[in-house]
Amino acid sequence: MNFVDIFRTAVSNTFRSRLRTTLTVVAIFIGAFTLTITTAIGTGVSDYINKQVASVGASDVLLVSKTSDQTTTGTDTGPAKYDPTAAKAAAGGGLGAGAPGQATTVLTQADLTTIGQTSGVLSVDPIVTVTPDYIQYGDNGKYVLTVSATSAFTKADLAAGAQLSSTDQTLQVMLPLDYLSNLGFSDAASAVGQPVTIGITDYAGTQHEVTATVVGVQNTTLLGGGVGLNQYATTQLHDLQSTGKPANSVAGYSRAVAHIDPNSSKSQISAIKDSLKTQGYTALTVADQIGTFETVINGIIGVLDAFAVIALIAAGFGIINTLLMSVQERTREIGLMKAMGMSGRKVYALFSTEAVFIGFLGSAIGAGVAILVGSVISSVLSKRLLSGLPGLHLLEFSPVSILIIILVVMLIAFLAGTLPARRAARQNPIDALRYE
Amino acid sequence: MTTPVLSAVDIRKSYGHGVNRFDALKGVSLTVQAGESVAIVGKSGSGKSTLMHLLALLDDPDSGVLEVEGTEAKKLKERDLNRLRNQDFGFVFQQFFLTPNSSVLENVILPLKIAGVSPKERRARGMAALEQLELADKAKNKAINLSGGQKQRVVIARALVNNPKVIFADEPTGNLDTATGAIVEDILFSLNKEHGITLIVVTHDVELAARCDRQFFIRDGLEESSHS
Repeated sequence: MNFVDIFRTAVSNTFRSRLRTTLTVVAIFIGAFTLTITTAIGTGVSDYINKQVASVGASDVLLVSKTSDQTTTGTDTGPAKYDPTAAKAAAGGGLGAGAPGQATTVLTQADLTTIGQTSGVLSVDPIVTVTPDYIQYGDNGKYVLTVSATSAFTKADLAAGAQLSSTDQTLQVMLPLDYLSNLGFSDAASAVGQPVTIGITDYAGTQHEVTATVVGVQNTTLLGGGVGLNQYATTQLHDLQSTGKPANSVAGYSRAVAHIDPNSSKSQISAIKDSLKTQGYTALTVADQIGTFETVINGIIGVLDAFAVIALIAAGFGIINTLLMSVQERTREIGLMKAMGMSGRKVYALFSTEAVFIGFLGSAIGAGVAILVGSVISSVLSKRLLSGLPGLHLLEFSPVSILIIILVVMLIAFLAGTLPARRAARQNPIDALRYE
Repeated sequence: MTTPVLSAVDIRKSYGHGVNRFDALKGVSLTVQAGESVAIVGKSGSGKSTLMHLLALLDDPDSGVLEVEGTEAKKLKERDLNRLRNQDFGFVFQQFFLTPNSSVLENVILPLKIAGVSPKERRARGMAALEQLELADKAKNKAINLSGGQKQRVVIARALVNNPKVIFADEPTGNLDTATGAIVEDILFSLNKEHGITLIVVTHDVELAARCDRQFFIRDGLEESSHS
């Protein structure tokens, strides 16, 4: 018997006992369906997150902060001893919310110099918080402006226009989609290139106005929403904001951005991180930060996947049962085929193929229905419940992962078919032919 | 003297162990020449079916020597054994052993399928075998819808389709009425006479046995020198 004949015979045998096959296929269907959906959620969500920030490629920046003794040892040893020489966040300086007396370890100018001298670090910029009062386009009124804390060193998920430039010596802003209609823009494309006015109040209480250009419009994001400002704009606004700042306040920053060679390899990056660590700084790449978030989501998806796999294992026993009954029923037929010179190996192949085919039926139908149902749910959700997060497709089906799911289910089916197939292959033609 | 197709010398076979041990054959010798028709005759439990199964190489004897065309059966490799069963032997059973929901043609070409013959040739040879047994018009019917005589003719067509050297028939007329049984007998003996196919018939029917060239009487696992 050649392969084609074995395959054809196996397929037609599968349909010989329709009800039994159908029930087994349903069991596999449930497992494959669940697995496809959970995988799609995994792909969809991490794809979204990647689009938001990780793919931002901020492989050329490290976020550096001072390693706090309190956070590392706090729970075991209680609060650290008060040290009056340690730098404090000066209100309006590095931290937006620095309540008087709150001891926070911050980066001083000396720290920045140390970081900048670390090998592998090209340059270092402190992250400063600017709190402008309003933004205005033309005569369309003034609106409250929230600045995105991370925009200067991440790439945005663009709806129109271009990314912020870190080198350009002009004031640039990146508007989120939801600012457009209030400011008076009809759509994303029409906003690009337009001038906007930003108002900011300094220490002395005087309000200043600056004009910036809209270089891009970004989709509303999960993380760090708000208007993006380029490095130059941030510096300019910070200078304006600091006008009249008391001279005795210590300049300190909560975090700094260390620029590194964008072509650094993973090991080079971790070497830089290590050397910063020994000097008492915590350095994180953007990927590290997103990583924590992704770990949580992957954990949830992992649990869902585990349930799907349990369903598939149960379905595997269904296959064993179905085939054992089939072997029992076809004892005489197997005996006859063996009497006619069919080798045990081919009998084994015949039953294994049958198992794999049942697995294929269940998984292909399961994955197919999951794609149909998932696409409908996904598009409904992004229009209604998740409309606040443009660009998010909760369920994203990748052909590769669906292929992998189908192959894995077929493998499980093959393994489940091993026992019955072996029993069939070992059958003695004589016992079978005596059977009445 | 030509090499016999099948030769069995002092064959023994028992089933079970201890108290349940049953000696089916207690030292039987039989030689079958090419083109002969031999009847193995005995009552049920005499060991006649066991003897046929051993001759057809479907089972191994506990002791004794079994030769197929001069080659000792024990020395045959699995592959050669399967080829021999597939191409040189044909089987006709009392219980037919047809796959009920497959078509008549599908049933007939099963040995060709196992041999790996191409679908086109399978069909042609299957139809030729069915025509020989005047069943060509039933080729597409399901096996389950045939009468007993038709079923047995399908079984014979299946046994013939590979042009075997030997046909083993186990009570070929056991499930048939006298008239249909006679037709089936005629077919089998004409195959023997006209095509030179060696015929080994296992039966308890003395009349059928009498039509064979030679009768081999068996009782309680031993050959009976003369039939009483």
